[in-house]
Amino acid sequence: MEKKLPTIEIIEKYCKGCHICVEFCPTKVLEMKGFVASVKNLEACIKCMQCELRCPDFAIKVTA
Amino acid sequence: MSFDYDKYIRPGKLPHIWCPGCGHGIVMKGLIRAIDTLGLEKNNTAIVSGIGCASRLPGYLDFCTLHTAHGRAAAFATGVKMAKPEMNVILVGGDGDGTAIGGNHFIHACRRNINMTYIIMNNNIYGMTGGQFSPCTPTGAKASTTPYGNPDPAFDVAKLAIGAGATFVARGTAYHATQIDKLIAEAIQHKGFSVVEILDDCPTTYGRRNKYKSVIEMMNRLKDVAVPVKAAEKMTPEQLEGKIITGVLYKEEKPEYTTEYAKVIERAQK
Ligand SMILES: Cc1ncc(C[n+]2csc(CCOP(=O)(O)OP(=O)(O)O)c2C)c(N)n1
Ligand code: SF4
Ligand code: SF4
Ligand code: SF4
Ligand SMILES: [Mg+2]
Repeated sequence: MEKKLPTIEIIEKYCKGCHICVEFCPTKVLEMKGFVASVKNLEACIKCMQCELRCPDFAIKVTA
Repeated sequence: MSFDYDKYIRPGKLPHIWCPGCGHGIVMKGLIRAIDTLGLEKNNTAIVSGIGCASRLPGYLDFCTLHTAHGRAAAFATGVKMAKPEMNVILVGGDGDGTAIGGNHFIHACRRNINMTYIIMNNNIYGMTGGQFSPCTPTGAKASTTPYGNPDPAFDVAKLAIGAGATFVARGTAYHATQIDKLIAEAIQHKGFSVVEILDDCPTTYGRRNKYKSVIEMMNRLKDVAVPVKAAEKMTPEQLEGKIITGVLYKEEKPEYTTEYAKVIERAQK
């Protein structure tokens, strides 16, 4: 069966580019693109939600 | 599943004013999740603060909110709770607000054991006003007012609360986001004065001056310094050197103030 990928939404107008989500993602799904976070490798996401929980700016939403 | 924070935020209020990487936003999200878990009603919940970056928090939340005078959250909150004891009353603020100018209100709210929850965001500094040292600035640390290093010892907020009579005291960190809502929810459920200290970061006025190269370094320090209560029990004093214990640190049942006060009213009316 094919693995169902989550949706990761980054609200760019809220993101302040703190790097927290990028740095603490256990599987390195995210990266910084200029001043905002962006998704680099969605396949690696284990849906742990740590990025969404830690983002101080309500800027990232993971829907499994 | 993504959590719907928007339900609890006043429309049009985001983005908030906090700096990139400031932990106050992480704490606000934890508080929202705790409120959601407990199903607290917006019209029956008051969120009260003093002044400071941390104290800006209630302005974002779609509840009954009070943004009061510096250090006076506990006084105003006590007024709300006495007038409406059935209301959930939650206080939020910073280390400066709560332990310097508001230190007196803080200890007396603890002593009275009034059924409210106080979330204190301890970033070891007066963030809002440009980084003056607070009673929670560690010895040796640099602040705008201690450019050669702070000679003062810092308060241990949790010990202060326990010593003053608070009946539920917990500590978490902005790094340990999953724990924040659980500690706050347990604190709100406790009948008496509950204190949740969250070790927080202020990259803008504390981090830079104290040689943290980034927000990430500050978060890593919170990650490394925290030791859960259970793990700490098995550690020697040497191993605990420089560590900070997190989790529920103290819990006790004691007569609660509004309940005792209702008895006074009853006696007076006999
Ligand atoms: C009576 C009074 N004195 C001083 C101030 C200036 N002031 C505003 S915020 C603040 C300190 C806030 O520090 P803290 O509570 O730790 O919050 P943070 O900004 O670090 O989140 C001070 C001294 C004030 N607003 N009112
Ligand atoms: S949910 Fe977990 S694995 Fe997926 S991007 Fe966020 S932190 Fe990384
Ligand atoms: S944690 Fe939030 S604000 Fe920080 S970089 Fe990631 S999405 Fe942006
Ligand atoms: S000055 Fe410090 S406490 Fe205030 S918003 Fe910026 S990082 Fe947060
Ligand atoms: Mg502070």
